[in-house]
Amino acid sequence: MAPERKGLEFSVGLFLIIGLLCMGYLSLTLGNFGFGKERYEVSATFATVSGLKDKSQVMMAGVVIGEVQRIRLSDSHALITMSINKDVKLEEDSIASIKTMGIIGDKYVSITPGASDVCIQNGGTIRETQPPLDIESLISRFVFGNMETKKPNE
Amino acid sequence: MVSLIQSFGAYALRQVFSAGRMGLFFFYAVRGIFLPPRKFWFTVKQIQFIGSKSLVVIGFTAAFTGMVLALQGYHTLSKFGAEGWLGSAIALSLIRELGPVLSALMVTGRAGSAMAAEIGIMRIEEQIDALECMAIDPFSYLVTPRFIASIIALPLLTAFNDVIGILGGYVIGTGLLGVNAGAFWDGLTSSVDWNDLYMGFVKSACFSVLIAWVCTYKGFYAGVEEDHYGPEQVGRATTEAVVISSIAVLISDYMITSIML
Repeated sequence: MAPERKGLEFSVGLFLIIGLLCMGYLSLTLGNFGFGKERYEVSATFATVSGLKDKSQVMMAGVVIGEVQRIRLSDSHALITMSINKDVKLEEDSIASIKTMGIIGDKYVSITPGASDVCIQNGGTIRETQPPLDIESLISRFVFGNMETKKPNE
Repeated sequence: MVSLIQSFGAYALRQVFSAGRMGLFFFYAVRGIFLPPRKFWFTVKQIQFIGSKSLVVIGFTAAFTGMVLALQGYHTLSKFGAEGWLGSAIALSLIRELGPVLSALMVTGRAGSAMAAEIGIMRIEEQIDALECMAIDPFSYLVTPRFIASIIALPLLTAFNDVIGILGGYVIGTGLLGVNAGAFWDGLTSSVDWNDLYMGFVKSACFSVLIAWVCTYKGFYAGVEEDHYGPEQVGRATTEAVVISSIAVLISDYMITSIML
């Protein structure tokens, strides 16, 4: 093999390796490919999920334990399905609530652990839920006062 | 008056002819992928020329783009007290827009111009006619390897560009501007998802085909329209190749973004 071709092989090989490493790094760490991460599904029903999106985070005690998989309407309530890491066990009486990161941040599902001995299996439901804080109605109540309780004659 | 109409008609016909020639050129070049002779080592050499030798220049562009994005983004985001979003701002703009476009433009300037000039000189020296005389298909001999090489090289260069750009932004953002490193990486990993990467790679794949197509076409038919083959025609072909493929990259970037977003 001519030395010229060896140099060619080396530089092309180096380029391919660098390029593929960069591509792999991007798609594995940034693309959030869940390779080898065993997950199971849990669903929950909320009165409203305003602002929650697919792939929103699911957290317990501020640690990410999964993501929202899909949001559907069922009986005029929002039914969300979450995929949770396999190593996190959720008790039967856990409470799921929708919260906001900061004031204008993204919505996420926060799960507060319960005390029951029975854990939720794959495909199970969290029965206790809390709808998100409706900041708009809070503000309007703050600004305009609570008019209904006050009678005009009194 | 009649001559005006005549010259307009001749111009329109020339444009139609050249559009058809460009389409056929693309067809022959793609057909060369499936037909022998397969020029394996020549393709590898082209990958070296387009890819390996562009690494340094793309590294520099990417590093400084990331660094300047960090400065600019910090300046704007700090007005809202949202410095924590710096990482995701840099990563998203690099992965979706700047990475594919800048590496395509650098490759056009570095390798596309050389492709057009090389093939154009072969045209004026009648080497392409010689190939045809020897019954060697000049498309699969000269054009196809360059097509394959640029389709392989450009997406990899884009990935390299993204990574170096993010690193440059990280160094300036956390080192110089004092953004929290944890917030930088966390914002970056949580806001970039597979769709953004996919969009970036679709873009770079399209750009690679465009660049190879325009640049080899311009070189291959250097001087054919005037029926005069000289150094001036090669120079013009090279200029046109760089200008047209840069514009094509930017226009198609807009189109792909509007379709995929």
